[in-house]
Amino acid sequence: MAQRTATRPPADARAPRGGLLRGAAARTLGLWLLLALTVAVCALSIAVGTRSIGLGTVWHALLDGSTPGDETVIVRQLRVPRTLLGLLAGLSLGIAGALMQGHTRNPLGDPGLLGVTAGASFAVVLSIWLFGVSTASGYIWFAFAGALLGSVAVYLIGSSGRGGATPVSLALAGSALSFLLYALVQAITIRETTALDAFRFWVVGALAGRDADVVAQIAPFVVVGLVLAMVNAPALNLLGLGEDVARGLGTRIWLARGTGLLAITLLTGAATAGCGPIAFVGLVVPHVARAVTGPDHRWLVPYSGLLGVVLLLLADVLGRVVARPGELQVGIVLAVVGAPFFIALVRRRRLATL
Amino acid sequence: MTAVAPTRAPAAGPDPRRTLRIGRLSTAYRRRQLAVPLLVLLVLVLTAAVSLGRGDYPISVLDVLRVLVGAGDDTQRFIVLELRAPRTTVAVLVGTALGLSGALIQTFARNPLASPDVLGVTGGAAVGAVAVIVLGGATTAGRLLGGLGLAAAALAGGLLMALLVFGLAWNQGLDGYRLVLVGIGLSAMALAVVRYLLTRSTIQDAAVANVWITGSLNGRGWDQALPLAVALLVLLPVSLALSRVLGALQFGDDTARGLGVRVPLAQAVTVVVAVALAAFAVSAAGPVQFVALVVPQIAVRLTGGSRPPLLAAGLLGALLVVASDLVARTVLPESFPVGVVTSVVGAPYLLWLLVRGRRLATL
Repeated sequence: MAQRTATRPPADARAPRGGLLRGAAARTLGLWLLLALTVAVCALSIAVGTRSIGLGTVWHALLDGSTPGDETVIVRQLRVPRTLLGLLAGLSLGIAGALMQGHTRNPLGDPGLLGVTAGASFAVVLSIWLFGVSTASGYIWFAFAGALLGSVAVYLIGSSGRGGATPVSLALAGSALSFLLYALVQAITIRETTALDAFRFWVVGALAGRDADVVAQIAPFVVVGLVLAMVNAPALNLLGLGEDVARGLGTRIWLARGTGLLAITLLTGAATAGCGPIAFVGLVVPHVARAVTGPDHRWLVPYSGLLGVVLLLLADVLGRVVARPGELQVGIVLAVVGAPFFIALVRRRRLATL
Repeated sequence: MTAVAPTRAPAAGPDPRRTLRIGRLSTAYRRRQLAVPLLVLLVLVLTAAVSLGRGDYPISVLDVLRVLVGAGDDTQRFIVLELRAPRTTVAVLVGTALGLSGALIQTFARNPLASPDVLGVTGGAAVGAVAVIVLGGATTAGRLLGGLGLAAAALAGGLLMALLVFGLAWNQGLDGYRLVLVGIGLSAMALAVVRYLLTRSTIQDAAVANVWITGSLNGRGWDQALPLAVALLVLLPVSLALSRVLGALQFGDDTARGLGVRVPLAQAVTVVVAVALAAFAVSAAGPVQFVALVVPQIAVRLTGGSRPPLLAAGLLGALLVVASDLVARTVLPESFPVGVVTSVVGAPYLLWLLVRGRRLATL
């Protein structure tokens, strides 16, 4: 009873559980294609901007830092860190979203649900208000600490009820705590206009204006999170059968849940610390990936990660192009362009359900 | 892990339901399903009376109650009925509408995380209102919207967005899963537009918009209460009449069909009622945070049973908003918008209910 989340539609309304690609060979091929696409998008992200740079020049600038000229500086100091940040954030958010929806078995499970995003937002607004921090790299440790504290608090509260940490109790604890923290954020930004002025630019989510240090700072957390996520994927398939069955098949429930939650926290925390709350990727990418691979998490996790990168970087490139010479923040482009695409997908085929 | 498998033993203890028989009609009810709404109503009346009494000219609760039943002296009547009652009325109506709307949507979607936000109502309303505040008279579109007024723009935005969600999700009937997915897509888009407008506006406009987004009762009066009251007068009976059908829908579409429910119609009516309730409430006071999503979950934990009780959710919503307004006006130093307080008051309560964990009601 306790582990049955509410979202399972009745048997007749269930879509066939398979995805577009069936069989390991097709999925492996798909993964390689997606990897190639990811590389192409990364190249695009380095080449395109207010000042477009030919791929040949990009290549030279990457290989040899001593080549004179503005292009080398732009490529090595602006475009590459930005692209790397997009790469890390896209991977993190896509994978965290897949894990979150798998653990909660809820299509609305976005990676911020554990209080990560709310915790980070609260910490950032506090850092602006109390310490006058105002740069992206200044926010990063505050955001990360807030993210960790938020998710630890949610886990403690969600697991202290009689039934232990069930997906429903975690999700509800997460949304209640998020509401509380967002209310405090609102209270601060309503009282302090200066805090609102800085916060409104952080909260849209952007890749611009971050230097290479930010990438280096979040990278270790992303790597650990990725490893944990891959380890967690097979167990997540078993958990999908229900906790009783999973236990019968030899899964240690608390270990599987704990690994997953830790991975989600690290990945989402790192991404949010790096570029602000970008909610859309984690929510939507797993649905797209599931339409391709079906519900097997061993495939779903890597597909979600790479799709996350492609989506995030494409949106970022688009944001640089549409509003030249200025640019639109990636969080905004992502939702405005991504949502119609997502809706078309939802309408066109019967989505593989969770 | 040594914990026992969390399946509840069947028929543990006596059946908590009681039977009511009037002639040949009979119905089963739980005592708490009657007791909780009555208790909440009582607390709501008292809280509203306290709230009506507080202000620059304090009036005791007894005097307020006396005024409300038609007695009391002229000064008190003027202060309570003319000055303070409009705002408290808006609070009661907004809370009822949002609580009810949330309970309807959560029951329909069979998902404790669903709310009017998910169906795009809040997002659309926020786009409408923030566009009016930020664009103001600066552009033609802004002037056009501004002529409508803030509340009308919010109402139009909310209803349009919900219509869009509804239309895009409709495919020979309404699948809850698809509706929710379309809704989150469009809501994310609306949120992005709002945030974009906030980064493009002057900081003064951004501050005004920020208050609106939180949900506020400042400066609200009969003008806001009237449309909402009319909407509730129509929609409250409809939603209570839906209660039986919702109970059947909960078993799944097939079972409901077998029980004689016309499923597509029932689903469509449920969603339309929920959307309309939320849209009117949001246009009156802004998207008061927390109420629609969490109050139904609090209500179901208080009454027991397997789905959010409609009446109790509405009354609890009203109580939460009125109590938060009271806190916002009396305890806090400046006039914070009520939306800040609803979360601060409500979230710890839900967290406590979760920690105490008497029952893990899933929907």
